[in-house]
Amino acid sequence: MNLFDYVADRWDRLSLQAWLHVSEVVQSTIIAAVLGVLIGVAVYRSPIGSALATALASTILTVPSFALLGLLIPVVGLGATPTVIALVLYALLPITRNTIVGLGGVDPAIRDAARGIGMSRVGVLARVELRLAWPAILAGMRVATQMLMGIAVIAAYAKGPGLGGEVFSGLVRAGSANATNQALAGTLGVVILALLLEAVYFLIARFTVSRGIRG
Amino acid sequence: MADTENVSGVEIQLDNVTKRYPGSREPAVRDVTMTIPAGKIVILVGPSGCGKTTTMRMINRLIEPSSGTITIGGEDALRLNADTLRRKVGYAIQQAGLFPHFTVAQNISVVPGLLGWERGRINDRVDEMMDLVGLDPAQYRDRFPRQLSGGQQQRVGVARALAADPPVLLMDEPFGAVDPITRGNLQDELLRLQTDLRKTIVFVTHDFDEAVKLGDKIAVLGDQSTIQQYDTPEAILANPANDMVAGFVGAGASLKQLTLLRVRDVDYEDIALTAPADESPATLRQRMIEQNRTYALVLDQRRRPLRWVHVRALSTASSLTGAGTPVGDSVSTQSTLHDALEAILAEGGHAVVTGTRGEYVGMIDITTVTDTIKQLREEHEAGSAAS
Ligand SMILES: Nc1ncnc2c1ncn2[C@@H]1O[C@H](COP(=O)(O)OP(=O)(O)O)[C@@H](O)[C@H]1O
Ligand SMILES: [Mg+2]
Repeated sequence: MNLFDYVADRWDRLSLQAWLHVSEVVQSTIIAAVLGVLIGVAVYRSPIGSALATALASTILTVPSFALLGLLIPVVGLGATPTVIALVLYALLPITRNTIVGLGGVDPAIRDAARGIGMSRVGVLARVELRLAWPAILAGMRVATQMLMGIAVIAAYAKGPGLGGEVFSGLVRAGSANATNQALAGTLGVVILALLLEAVYFLIARFTVSRGIRG
Repeated sequence: MADTENVSGVEIQLDNVTKRYPGSREPAVRDVTMTIPAGKIVILVGPSGCGKTTTMRMINRLIEPSSGTITIGGEDALRLNADTLRRKVGYAIQQAGLFPHFTVAQNISVVPGLLGWERGRINDRVDEMMDLVGLDPAQYRDRFPRQLSGGQQQRVGVARALAADPPVLLMDEPFGAVDPITRGNLQDELLRLQTDLRKTIVFVTHDFDEAVKLGDKIAVLGDQSTIQQYDTPEAILANPANDMVAGFVGAGASLKQLTLLRVRDVDYEDIALTAPADESPATLRQRMIEQNRTYALVLDQRRRPLRWVHVRALSTASSLTGAGTPVGDSVSTQSTLHDALEAILAEGGHAVVTGTRGEYVGMIDITTVTDTIKQLREEHEAGSAAS
């Protein structure tokens, strides 16, 4: 059986796994974005807080994904939960860092003008600062998503959903019938999905970044 | 002069206002007391770092005073909610501080929006404000700040500050970052706006010439914002209160006084021989010989000056539009005598004066200016002898 026949034959299962893969990555990115932006907003005014938050998030990223999953399984069990927790933790660094950089890069004169004409603190944050930092935040989310697409493969180790299962069992069964096809299908699936998400990010940027600040 | 009917501004009173920044030993502003009259432009001028910005920002409480009181239109500014206060005090700063992700219309709409105006009213107001500052709404409404020149951004900044019709306008070196020609235009327009609006304007600058041009009153500030002299530009130029003020006024006080006078205030005369552009060179030549003139000024259909022609050039010229030399610098009746003097010097002794629509109204020459300087000097000598 060649790869095409294999994919056609297993289409139902592969497409379901692909869907689950994207779904867990996207959900983890969104959770991480909410957390990352909150952390960023909390610390960006303080240089020490910013350095601390960035250092912490970097430290998480240095823990190998196998090890992190291994540590999580005894605590939260197998399945989607440890996977999502691990993915969220990994996604935090690029998003938090970019939020801090984006908010810190807002011209102080603009902030001053916003306060000066009577916007409340929350108003300045929501209508001015976050809007101006948004391209950076979105870029952080994009990097996070791409990274998570790969890391989510490893999550098969914790019996998480997604294409990782295909890649792993393909590799484990190396030599037997369709083993290569299975691993290849999983890997190519991840690559194709990553490209699709890239296109989605492009569209999101197109529709949510003001033309006044688009590069 | 003293009519208060159309004044939309209110008086601002600072009493013993002091600001001490945390961590610095000396206060940045020490014990300032001053009255800023309703409907006037008051300039805070002084060297960099003397505390002008700090003083101004305490009025809208971007900086909280350490002690002292500030009242705006009789209301204690320190007891109002700061955000509410700021919505009633226009604020324009250097480089405009426009929101880059908002269009021009969105920028101008911010304060009316915060005040809960209805959409339709805000839209009308945006157009009105853009007209007021000389930007065509049809063309510029939906542009983003980065698609505007520095001068246009500054106009939008002023429109945004005035959008909710605040009685008070604070301006911190608003024209500091634009080129000198644009700055001159923006200053002229601010004065034009103010004749209708009659706001109370507090204007910070370190440029004394700008202060003289714009101010109804000027406060010359020294270190820690201490008031060295607070008076009309004329009085400060004529009688600087101390060496510091004199140093700030600088050399050429009489030249500076020329920025206080406009061409419309002095005698310019309709002395040029004018000719419509479609007159034949032969008839014009005939007229010039009859009136014993060597030069004639060619005007277009709307009587705007085009060219100077010499009588000798007319014998060979086929039409007036090609003969002679183009008119160089001209001055308008709105121009300051200072600008007029420059044009006169550039043009070699006299300059064409144009009216509000650019039409020819007369000529001004160097003796008119020197006579004016002489007259001013005599008045001041009489004035300081009396005081
Ligand atoms: N936020 C601040 N914290 C501490 N010192 C400040 C702050 N802002 C201004 N200063 C100091 O206060 C003094 C007056 O500053 P400022 O009002 O900006 O002067 P100006 O506008 O006349 O140039 C300066 O010595 C400046 O260094
Ligand atoms: Mg300043």
